[in-house]
Amino acid sequence: MPTTAALTRYADLPALIGLMEGDEKHSAAAHSTLDVVWVLYDRVLAVSPETADDPARDRFLLSKGHGPAAFYAVLAAKGFLDVSALRGWTSFGSALGHHPDRVLVPGVEIGSGSLGHGLPLALGTALGLRAQNVRRPDGTAPRTVVLVGDGELDEGSNHEAIAAAGRLGVGSLTTVVIDNGSAMHGWPGGIARRFEIEGWATREVQGRDHDALYAAFTRPWGDRPLAVVARVRSAN
Amino acid sequence: MTSTTTTTRPQAAATRDMREAFAAAVNEEMENDPRIAVVLAVISAGMFRRAAVRHPGRVIDLGIREQAMIGTAGGLALTGMRPVVHTYAPFLVERPFEQIKLDLGHQDVGAVLVSVGGSYDAAAAGRTHQAPGDVALIDTLPGWTVHVPGHADEVRDALRDALPGDDRVYIRLDGSANRAPLPFSRGLTVVRPGSTRSAGVVVAVGPMLDRTLEATADLDVTVAYTATVRPFDRAGLNALVAAAGNADVMLVEPYLRGTSAHEVSEALADRRHRQLSLGVPRDTELRAYGTPADHARAHGLDTPGIARAARDFFLV
Repeated sequence: MPTTAALTRYADLPALIGLMEGDEKHSAAAHSTLDVVWVLYDRVLAVSPETADDPARDRFLLSKGHGPAAFYAVLAAKGFLDVSALRGWTSFGSALGHHPDRVLVPGVEIGSGSLGHGLPLALGTALGLRAQNVRRPDGTAPRTVVLVGDGELDEGSNHEAIAAAGRLGVGSLTTVVIDNGSAMHGWPGGIARRFEIEGWATREVQGRDHDALYAAFTRPWGDRPLAVVARVRSAN
Repeated sequence: MTSTTTTTRPQAAATRDMREAFAAAVNEEMENDPRIAVVLAVISAGMFRRAAVRHPGRVIDLGIREQAMIGTAGGLALTGMRPVVHTYAPFLVERPFEQIKLDLGHQDVGAVLVSVGGSYDAAAAGRTHQAPGDVALIDTLPGWTVHVPGHADEVRDALRDALPGDDRVYIRLDGSANRAPLPFSRGLTVVRPGSTRSAGVVVAVGPMLDRTLEATADLDVTVAYTATVRPFDRAGLNALVAAAGNADVMLVEPYLRGTSAHEVSEALADRRHRQLSLGVPRDTELRAYGTPADHARAHGLDTPGIARAARDFFLV
């Protein structure tokens, strides 16, 4: 039995998820967002429990707020949350609900659950950091990364933000779309095309391939906003 | 009401436009406060063109995208900025209402929302450009301050109060105004006191004051004014009613009838009382164009309409 302090690795995420969801749903593969969120926190985002309030931190906004067990597990593995907080999730006294609440959970940037809110909030966040010229110690701009689902893209509010971000050239904004083929009417021509035509740099990647995800998030993409479409098979 | 005291009452034309006062105040404060960012959806963009040049990144016109307008404001506030969000009331409050609930309130961040159009400034435009329910909608959400200025100077004062904060404020601009401003206050201000044997208390909100004073000129009532309807000055109303001859309260609001009726009920929970609410009726959609004055008349919110209602209510 691993000690609490040891639950910090990717391999520990199923156990952490198990603390919330019970034994029968241990499979991390059930969580479409797991690998993307892990790669972001493990290798891409410049944010830690120590810098969680730093104005120049990178920000991750989980727009697709349902199925947040994978997100909570990553936050626990990275030390934002006490592992003990995972037990009893969704109970009355727990800070962890089926949709995250930024006021209750340390490290959570936005409360989400209703679909289509994260991308406009991320746009405003990136614009706010740009207007204030917030910079990391190395002089670069902090990133704002928002995760949406392909089904979530049905919500029209996303398309307001996609168009505006492209036109306003918000290069510090990244949208990662978890594409598990759950959009009711699909996206003929592909999801990436929707972003590309609005002026975004786009990349398509396998959503379970950590190195490919890392490359998609970090390879230079110029001064346009970046959309990463991460394909995963399982639905969540 | 005696006809000899009746004068012609120019309203919007005689006063400085509230929207101009809003733009002037925000432009001025932007010079001093780097937190202020203006978020627009095309409407009134010309009033902030110079500010957009002077303050790069702090005037954001999203095009006709009102959902993104509120979401963007929420994001700006999450980074510590003070967003000022502005368009016509139906497109500011009604269309992106869930964004107001979630992207501001649920995120626990603030913004200053400033609407134009009042309830029926756009009378000739029809129902699509009218939002008499805006304050009632905002009132379903916790933590909002709502200002309904009655004069352009009061718009400036409300903004000067709101901009330095980080809370949620809705400022509702109207095309009609009172002849003179009153000093900024969060509570009720007595404009005309009644006697100790008075028939009761009249509360006039924002641009309804002048016509309410005129409509009740021959009644022994206390007329109190407020331009801040949330939080509502319950203690102030309770004290005025306690000093009046009767615990009868008439509320004259420029938006949906009864929007503040529950506040009056709470304020007077300790005493038997009567109350009457005037405002835009809830039960019908007025399918007519014309002018704001036509609509005020149709809703019973012109001086004769208020006078009739006051007589029926107080002289029983």
